[in-house]
Amino acid sequence: MHPALSVIAFTTFSGAGYGLAFVLALGHGNSAALSTKIGWFVVLAMIGGGLLSSTLHLGNPQRAWRAFSQWRSSWLSREGVMAILTFIPLTLLAAMSILADSFNLVLGYIGAIMCMITVYCTAMIYASLRTIPQWHTKWTPACYIAFSVTSGTLIYMAFFGREAGSASNNAWVYLSVVFLVVAWLIKYCWSKNALAAGYGASSMETATGLGNIGKVRLLERPHAMGNYLTDEMAFRVARKHLNKLGWIEVFLGVVLPIVLLLLSLVVGSGLAGFFQVLATISLMAGLFVERWLFFAVAKHAVGLYYGGEEALVPAE
Amino acid sequence: MTTLPASTNKKLGLVIDLDTCVGCHACVINCKEWNTSGYGTALSDQDPYGANPVGSWLNRIHTFEVTPMAHQSKPKGQGVGEVIGTAGEARVVHFPKSCLHCEDAPCVTVCPTGASYKREEDGIVLVDEDKCIGCGLCAWSCAYGAREMDQAEGVMKKCTLCVDRIYNEEMDEIDRQPACVRTCPAGARHFGDFADPNSNVSVLVKERGGFDLMPEQGNKPVNKYLPPRARTDLGEGAAFAAPVDSTEEAGGVLGWIDRALSGSTRSKGAN
Repeated sequence: MHPALSVIAFTTFSGAGYGLAFVLALGHGNSAALSTKIGWFVVLAMIGGGLLSSTLHLGNPQRAWRAFSQWRSSWLSREGVMAILTFIPLTLLAAMSILADSFNLVLGYIGAIMCMITVYCTAMIYASLRTIPQWHTKWTPACYIAFSVTSGTLIYMAFFGREAGSASNNAWVYLSVVFLVVAWLIKYCWSKNALAAGYGASSMETATGLGNIGKVRLLERPHAMGNYLTDEMAFRVARKHLNKLGWIEVFLGVVLPIVLLLLSLVVGSGLAGFFQVLATISLMAGLFVERWLFFAVAKHAVGLYYGGEEALVPAE
Repeated sequence: MTTLPASTNKKLGLVIDLDTCVGCHACVINCKEWNTSGYGTALSDQDPYGANPVGSWLNRIHTFEVTPMAHQSKPKGQGVGEVIGTAGEARVVHFPKSCLHCEDAPCVTVCPTGASYKREEDGIVLVDEDKCIGCGLCAWSCAYGAREMDQAEGVMKKCTLCVDRIYNEEMDEIDRQPACVRTCPAGARHFGDFADPNSNVSVLVKERGGFDLMPEQGNKPVNKYLPPRARTDLGEGAAFAAPVDSTEEAGGVLGWIDRALSGSTRSKGAN
């Protein structure tokens, strides 16, 4: 699948935003502290910015408001509705912290749960598609939620956790390392399934219905040049560099952040914060590559009408 | 509403005959011609006369080669008979593909705006272009590649089953069928109501063993495809099976020419 930059930016940034909101809404951070107030502001900016960037890939963004109407059947509509509804508790919590130095745990729990439901809806847009076996699995929402909470936790740890009441944020560093390991183990399960899934139960033989005669191959495409389908569904650039990007993803997303976090525990308190910020930036860069690959490794059934595996051979 | 109707009164759709289709692309052209000036916005092309022309089409023809497997070959020593193909001998199958107007259409349920819908009265799947935001999710959900985003208008285009022809009383009755069906010179496309077991399309499916594309995707497509017919096998004595350079059988004038050109000794096989 073609990875649209606006969708990658939206899912990583708003995912991290909801993760940070999740941590703050559970009552972490002193609501009177300046860092917590900034934290809430960052949450609203990340979620709002992410939502706006997601409209950039639309053909007619001026009609985007219509997308709130079909929540009965459409995960995309559910995501839009949940995103707007989640703004209510999050904006209230932000206002309470920024204006009144206060916090309400009940509202916090409601907000935290709604954050995760929103992220779940985002993931289900992809996981509900039967056409793409790499996405059509329970591991997809598991990955989205795990990465949302993990990136939110690291951002909180690096930027806002210091004023949580204690002199050091070692507990947050340990928690971050644990979350990183768990999230990437879930991602490993997703990848294992994705690389083995191919076109699922479908093949060129089932796509043409000629399987009971014999082996099918594409003799001639319907059109000489590309079209919307081949550009959108049979994206080839990243597939060519799958292995390299996979290593970059793992290095930036988990190896480097864990090394930097562990280093931050042993270096002096002055450098620790710097290492933690670097770890968080590295994770976000890794998640960008992760989201790019999420699209690039996805094989859409329509590729079977364009030659199946041959259609996805890297362009030289 | 993007929830699907529990059932539709009619199930209008197409039967496409993979035996008869000659791959002439007339249906492709007539579809584009009719629909670029019919339902909704025009079907735009980008750079149509340039180096990289692309555009939106609602009907496309792929051409496949299918190589029969060994178990479908004619048993050794058996005479002339009907077979689907001889092992290793490829058959070419032209494969027209347009929207299959699925009963369980995922393109309808994923639509966030209600632009995509399935009609209760006849089962036709349509896009209300005034509501379409061009998110592309319906095209992602379609296993058949039946939907293409119009790059000029930013709305999703798809086969309407020529809804502006089939009920059009301004037209002669013979023209009240989809443009692709009306134009097909080989009679490879048939239009009708699958809900009626005695309709032309239902009978064709029954008689010729019509099948679904990718039934494992669970979309329950309405359109059906008819398989290539079995054909008469040429058998072991087929002329083209003999070595092309053998002149053993030549007699009469041809035999005389052969003998004269071969010199005094009539060579066996190649000369």
